[in-house]
Amino acid sequence: MTERHVIAVLVDNEPGVLARVIGLFSGRGYNIESLTVSEVDAEAGLSRINVVTIGTPMIIEQIKNQLDRLVPVHSVRDLTEEGPHVETELALLKVAGQGDKRVEALRIADIFGAKVDDTTLESFIFRLDGQTEKIDRFIGLMKPLGLVEVARTGAVAISRGQEGI
Amino acid sequence: MSQEMTGSEIVLRALVDQGVDTVFGYPGGAVLPIYDALHVQNSIRHILVRQEGGAVHAAEGYARSTGKVGVVLVTSGPGATNAVTGLTDALMDSVPVVCLTGQVPTHLIGNDAFQEADTTGITRPCTKHNYLVKDIDGLARTVHEAFYVARSGRPGPVVIDLPKDILQGKGSYTPPSVNGHRSYKPKRKGDIDRIEEAAAAMAQAERPLFYCGGGVINAGPKASHLLTELVKLTGFPCTLTLMGLGALPASSKQFLGMVGMHGTYESNLAMHHCDLMINIGARFDDRVTGKLDEFAPHSKKIHVDIDPSSINKNVRADIPIVGDAAHVIEDLTKVWKARQYRADRKKLDAWWAQIDEWRGRDCLKYQSSDTLIKPQYALERLRELTKGRDDVFITTEVGQHQMWAAQFLPFEKPNHWMTSGGLGTMGYGLPAAMGVQVAHPDALVIDVAGEASVLMNIQEMSTVAQYRLPVKIFILNNEYMGMVRQWQELLHGGRYSESYMDSLPDFVKLAESFGAVGLRAEKPADVDGVIEEMIAVDKAVIADILVDKAENCFPMIPSGAAHHKMLLGPDDQADNPISEEGMVLV
Repeated sequence: MTERHVIAVLVDNEPGVLARVIGLFSGRGYNIESLTVSEVDAEAGLSRINVVTIGTPMIIEQIKNQLDRLVPVHSVRDLTEEGPHVETELALLKVAGQGDKRVEALRIADIFGAKVDDTTLESFIFRLDGQTEKIDRFIGLMKPLGLVEVARTGAVAISRGQEGI
Repeated sequence: MSQEMTGSEIVLRALVDQGVDTVFGYPGGAVLPIYDALHVQNSIRHILVRQEGGAVHAAEGYARSTGKVGVVLVTSGPGATNAVTGLTDALMDSVPVVCLTGQVPTHLIGNDAFQEADTTGITRPCTKHNYLVKDIDGLARTVHEAFYVARSGRPGPVVIDLPKDILQGKGSYTPPSVNGHRSYKPKRKGDIDRIEEAAAAMAQAERPLFYCGGGVINAGPKASHLLTELVKLTGFPCTLTLMGLGALPASSKQFLGMVGMHGTYESNLAMHHCDLMINIGARFDDRVTGKLDEFAPHSKKIHVDIDPSSINKNVRADIPIVGDAAHVIEDLTKVWKARQYRADRKKLDAWWAQIDEWRGRDCLKYQSSDTLIKPQYALERLRELTKGRDDVFITTEVGQHQMWAAQFLPFEKPNHWMTSGGLGTMGYGLPAAMGVQVAHPDALVIDVAGEASVLMNIQEMSTVAQYRLPVKIFILNNEYMGMVRQWQELLHGGRYSESYMDSLPDFVKLAESFGAVGLRAEKPADVDGVIEEMIAVDKAVIADILVDKAENCFPMIPSGAAHHKMLLGPDDQADNPISEEGMVLV
């Protein structure tokens, strides 16, 4: 049985570190659903990689152990396994159209709580954050209404409670 | 304020402070500054190989026979790419190696400059870690860190890519730091609760078996000593992997021989039927497990490994213990003694009776011949004629001869057996033997070779000549890539596609052309004389042993089969054709 896991990896912010992580996934045939990376502590030179992956429990355990033995990796946390966590993703959607379709797009955006970041007479750029499935649903609805382009960040997540990574 | 030095001087100073006395390398444009600095010092000896691949294998041989880190120095571009096979080999077999590669000056990186290659990119998946030094202030620290990473935890190869302008620039030297690494801190001590649990399981076992591997060798000679004590104390049988040979003396009555595809019948059957498997420093490699879903189906498994990613990778462990083999064996022994555990004598005796019955099959027996030299016979004679010496180091190439060497040669101590296990690199043995001989100038170093493998790095005969290394190359010459031929016979209907070694050199003359001694044995009666002369001569020797061309290596677990489905010899082979399923595996 495969499972979806959100894994947070704290790494030294140094050249090649992302290539190490990605190379590990491709070299060993693991899946990457999404991956985000950004510096999170400039003073300590640390970046955080949030990776969503799918695999059997044995593969998920392997992924964590393989990540953990990379030299520049400070810590690996499986947020899915550890319990309650907040997970969100950001998407920008460009929807073009006129007349009823345009009105309907704006109405659905409002229902989803998407923000209008930019508009022209023929198009909108919507910004929506939230769970991956919510964004999937929103994109699905926008398709017949003139969806032109999507940019998504992939999920970022953080555990609940007072403990840090 | 410390004194200003050039980057090259910093590198050499750091090597000296890391205890390095020997470097295997080959110069080129990008590393000329280091070679210049090498020229004016006496602390480090440089061994000039004939191709960079040879340098890495030589460093591996040096490292595995001494327990120290092997050091390689090569130039940019082709120097680095030629090192890739050796680096991968060292990664697969957990050999500590630091490889310094030259690089084009930093301002040219990315410009497709002459002899530029993306060395860190190319070597990322085949090293434990790698560095590109872009700032001279970090140079010394990087070299020290590279040595720490190479030797700690599960050892492995580390590349340091050194742009030429960094080597020529000026900076200050930083001595090795006593502070640990900021992120890489492998666990050495095993969890004591788990060790208690393991000891309790051992006390209750009816059919226990130690299954130990290269992790015990890598944990230092002390680990092998402790293992030998524990095996004695418990009275349990013990099998070793290809990489683990020497961790328990081959002369121990409790040693069942090697396990795996060409392991002994008693080892593999004991693996299949045991009720408790105590794996220390082995990784359930596919060459050992055979068919995974039929692997040791009745056993509880203890798995001790310093690398957490080895645990639960192929086989689920019931009692996983992350830690250094020496520490864990020591703690396990303490618990066993403190709790006054002892094996149930009656049940253990019954288990040994079963094992002795399997032993009675005499799985390594072969059909002897008066006219043809059987490869097994040649190795038996080598074993007899080197008996009693404790300074014999064996390296091998890859193939049938390697498996026969593992089966027929006795390893009493760790670090005396150097073979390419994980990667299976033909051409490993000759350069590895050079590295061993450099580290142990007075020892008897023998490369048990095949005629096909040895040709892959035969250029290193020139290095052997230059440094007067008295290595002995013992070629079991069957004029075939023997293992390829064996698989073609067993799996591909005897269609020997491209496995015949045509146009071989005259190895006697080849030896002589390099100033070495060439010997040849054509019939069984020649073998003893050739071996005796090979040992007696204080020079490099190529002994060309013309063996039976059709001999196959048995016992054998066909790929895709379980342990209890071993083929014991040519007769078995006819009765048990290999399944389609097995054919797709390697």
